[in-house]
Amino acid sequence: MDSFTQRRRRDLILAAALAAIAACVPFFVKDVYVQNIMVLTLMYAALSQAWNILGGYCGQISLGHALYFGLGAYTTALLFTKFGVLPWFGMLGGGIISALIALALGYPTFRLRGHYFVIATIVIAEIGFLLFHNWDYAGAALGIDIPVRGDSWAKFQFTRSKLPFYYFALVFCCVAWFITWWLEDSKWGFWWRAVKDNPDAAESLGVVVFNSKMGAAAVSAFLTAIGGAFYAQFVSYIDPESVMTFQFSLLMALPAVLGGIGTLWGPVLGAVILIPMTELTRSFIGGSGRGVDLILYGAVIVVISLARPDGLIGLFSRRPASKGVPQ
Amino acid sequence: MTAATIIQSLASGLLMGLLYGLLAVGLALIFGLMDVTNFAHGEFLMLAMYLTFFLFMFWAVDPLLSIPLVAAGMFVFGAVIYLVIIRFAMRAKANIGMVQIFATFGLAILMRGLAQFFFTPDYRSIPASMLGGKTISIFGVFLPVPQLVGALISIAAFGALYFFMKKTDFGRALEATREDAGAVALVGIDKNKVFALGWGLGSALIGLAGGVMAIFFYIYPDVGASFALIAYVTVALGGFGSVFGAFAGGIIVGLVEATTAMILPPSLKSVGIYAVYLLVVFVRPRGLFGSI
Repeated sequence: MDSFTQRRRRDLILAAALAAIAACVPFFVKDVYVQNIMVLTLMYAALSQAWNILGGYCGQISLGHALYFGLGAYTTALLFTKFGVLPWFGMLGGGIISALIALALGYPTFRLRGHYFVIATIVIAEIGFLLFHNWDYAGAALGIDIPVRGDSWAKFQFTRSKLPFYYFALVFCCVAWFITWWLEDSKWGFWWRAVKDNPDAAESLGVVVFNSKMGAAAVSAFLTAIGGAFYAQFVSYIDPESVMTFQFSLLMALPAVLGGIGTLWGPVLGAVILIPMTELTRSFIGGSGRGVDLILYGAVIVVISLARPDGLIGLFSRRPASKGVPQ
Repeated sequence: MTAATIIQSLASGLLMGLLYGLLAVGLALIFGLMDVTNFAHGEFLMLAMYLTFFLFMFWAVDPLLSIPLVAAGMFVFGAVIYLVIIRFAMRAKANIGMVQIFATFGLAILMRGLAQFFFTPDYRSIPASMLGGKTISIFGVFLPVPQLVGALISIAAFGALYFFMKKTDFGRALEATREDAGAVALVGIDKNKVFALGWGLGSALIGLAGGVMAIFFYIYPDVGASFALIAYVTVALGGFGSVFGAFAGGIIVGLVEATTAMILPPSLKSVGIYAVYLLVVFVRPRGLFGSI
């Protein structure tokens, strides 16, 4: 038990140190292109952390998280453009709507297991995509252009500098990490690992499997929607293609999977490696339109998933990373 | 909407459905055999369509004649993919489900990238073929000939598969391996060989579907993505592990798609398929004919 408490304390110190370093980085890195990549990296680290709560800790593989991301983005953008509601309220509203929808969808889907569940999540997100694609009020296929009303924190719009977005993304990433850290040691964390390892055994030992899954889904969806709202403000233009596609669901799961699924640091590590690689290959060799970026990206995913099935985090610890159960 | 148009739509839906079944059966076969879902299934289809296209462009082989060649090529390709990638993904000790999903998903991206690189992102189509663009009238219902041939090939393929699984030694080895891979090793069946042949057979079936679809569909690097989800839903609807569930699943998907297209705007026609999938699994969590 002691080593577990020690490890948790070490994790917290390490996180604080990394956050402090990340907060200083913009003083040395002035290049806007690089800053843009850093914002995206932090955003995906947070999104993947959110996905990891449901997919990693609780073991419910969702490949439909683009739905919650899109709901967050659309709620914020619609409330702002149609009713002038500040993005902060839209962000919160989007989070709550997503969490409620996750609960409503969880009610029937959490009875499903394995591939039936995975396909259900894909199909539900795809229905959401098609509905938004045909919903005229929300701009249908054209999407929503968020009008620029001047740089301010109140409106969460910044046209001259990326730094405010960078610091928001950093806070978002830290919050997602901290929530995971906190939940890891709560009764929820233990329930989730039990549900993941063996739902039948967990049930027989008194874990309310269904409620555990519902809790994980709500937290995960809420955080994912916050990320969607942030993204809408960051790029100031959204359409169903850019926030709700299946590719996006995969991009949220991928850092956690490559970094180490069901681990505290896996999503962060995965995002730090994957997102800059994606962005750099896309802009330096992707411009040819010949798919070299895809070739590299695909090859890296194949190689990592074959060579390090428990994720890259396994390189840093002696014990297998997937055994998150405290000693 | 008259009764005639309804019958017309349902008839084309049925033909498409039989083709969807053929498209999905490879996935069902591989899953049933070794619990692996191939997330590059759509890209296998894309490759088969390109093979058909190039056979036509370079050697003027009509798609109808090249279908067996494409199936044979895909057989080799599938077996090789098993030997160089899937075999290793099966060895993972931890997170085996995720490793398989993402190894095959990485393969899908890789194949798409390679297709863009070598074949360019341009949309291709086979301009003129023996079947392309022709229709036939049966009892007053007009049916597109390529889809009709595809449906017949699908029925024939399912029939052959049934015979093969029940009557041949390899089919029985396949069935036995899927029931207990450990036990078959004791009676001298090489598990890896059976799995490689299973992947070959599953891919050859996609080859059949791809050869037919190349006749009436555009061919481009991302073409697989739009059909892959239909294939997954078809398999899941029928029930994972049930090869003939894929046949029934395909027919249902085709008919539901045609019906939805009559009621909702065409861009929403897939919503019907997805909704039916959800309804079915909410009532029967293992699909219609699933055993596992």
